[in-house]
Amino acid sequence: MTVSGCKTPLFELHERLGARIVEYAGWQMPVQYSGVIDEHQAVRQSAGIFDLSHMGEIRISGSNARSFLQQCTTNDLDNLEPGKIQYSLLCNESGGIVDDILIYCHPWGYELVVNAANRKKDLNWLRRHRPERGVVIDDVSNETALIAVQGPNSEEIMSKALNSDLNKIGYYRFVATRYQGKSIVISRTGYTGEDGFELYAGAEAADGLWKKLSAVGGDRLVPVGLGARDTLRLEMCYCLYGNDIDDDTNPLEAGLGWVVKLDKEFIGREAVAEVKAAGATRKLVAIELPAQVNGKRAGIPRHGYPVYHHDRPVGEVTSGTFSPTLHKPICLAYVASELAELGQELEVEIRNSRVPGKLVKKPFVQPSVKR
Amino acid sequence: MSVPVDLKYSKDHEWVRVEGDVVVVGITDFAQSELGDVVFVELPALESELSAEAQLGVIESVKAVSDVLSPVSGVVVEVNSELEDTPELINDDCYGEGWIAKIRLTSADQLDDLLSPEEYEEVIA
Repeated sequence: MTVSGCKTPLFELHERLGARIVEYAGWQMPVQYSGVIDEHQAVRQSAGIFDLSHMGEIRISGSNARSFLQQCTTNDLDNLEPGKIQYSLLCNESGGIVDDILIYCHPWGYELVVNAANRKKDLNWLRRHRPERGVVIDDVSNETALIAVQGPNSEEIMSKALNSDLNKIGYYRFVATRYQGKSIVISRTGYTGEDGFELYAGAEAADGLWKKLSAVGGDRLVPVGLGARDTLRLEMCYCLYGNDIDDDTNPLEAGLGWVVKLDKEFIGREAVAEVKAAGATRKLVAIELPAQVNGKRAGIPRHGYPVYHHDRPVGEVTSGTFSPTLHKPICLAYVASELAELGQELEVEIRNSRVPGKLVKKPFVQPSVKR
Repeated sequence: MSVPVDLKYSKDHEWVRVEGDVVVVGITDFAQSELGDVVFVELPALESELSAEAQLGVIESVKAVSDVLSPVSGVVVEVNSELEDTPELINDDCYGEGWIAKIRLTSADQLDDLLSPEEYEEVIA
């Protein structure tokens, strides 16, 4: 089996750790090491370390950087100041989601962390909307490594490894500091629902940082691949671009209205405001399936499977998995808004058989991020 | 990857243990390792008639869905219903307690079409 794609600075290390490598968004990424369920539990109970160097990092600076980004993103940059991070969206003119991103506010400007698969699209989109002067767009993805450490033991392990008290970093805040003379950024962010950090460094520093963290963490810190990253985020109902949201979904139906500030100007505002006025016709909901149906386990809902309400097709699954925490199949699905009520019974069609499920409150599992 | 010498194999990563005119079928160590944590197994109906390479069942891991293809033609005479409750047996013991079905062969000579352990090792090399 041949896997192609770019290699992150940690690629050789993953191979040595016995990772199964798959192609993801043009990168050769570890999908699992010891096993998805083990890795998932390790993050919930202790700590896990992830290589996320495939993610894109785009710097926006210049005298017009702020007004430009305010126009390009849906959340309000007025709530940002240096050291703070904001979750936001890029929307197209029709209100569809170009990408979901993190914006790091630095003294010199902004750094956008974007989905690997969208990096080129985002860059083109940003360049197309850039004003004639006062905005510098710099793609630093290739020279930036990203390591995440997630789980209840992450603060202790990270603080010890980096010889720095990280307790002072609040949720969605970061510090720019140095490690062995090299610039790094440490943020209290993640995609797992656990307390944890994301660590940005130059590509050449990645190997040393990973090894240091592993040495300090010992068997309390396990390497985690994209497989468990997906089950962890799905238990939290965090959207995955390309599965749950895309250029044709609008933020309101995706449940992302909280990062859309209609009282400011931004590209796509008119379209989103129209949806708000008329009401979204469908909504992204959380559906839990029973652990057993007639004494047997049922299958797993997957992307694209139809959702029914009494014999009527009413929606489609966007992400589904077996929840290692709940020991049940779970999924996110778009369903007709009139059925998007807690407790609503719906059926998911899995290989020609309809499995009864119930619409539950998001998220499936309560997060334990630091507030 | 373990490839027991007393079994026959298909290129689709199923193993076959011959017990008279009945064969026991399961998936190989390579296959279970590729799939990762198995969380659901759909078994064939008893008495169903299968031709070689027809769908014998479905295995779902956390990550993906895979069809299990029948390595032989025959009639399903027994299924491992333990897998309905404990699908992880496929990860824990794929050549033993993780067997999937027993099939009564329509003809014995089709066994010659299967791969020897040495030939299967080439497939997964």
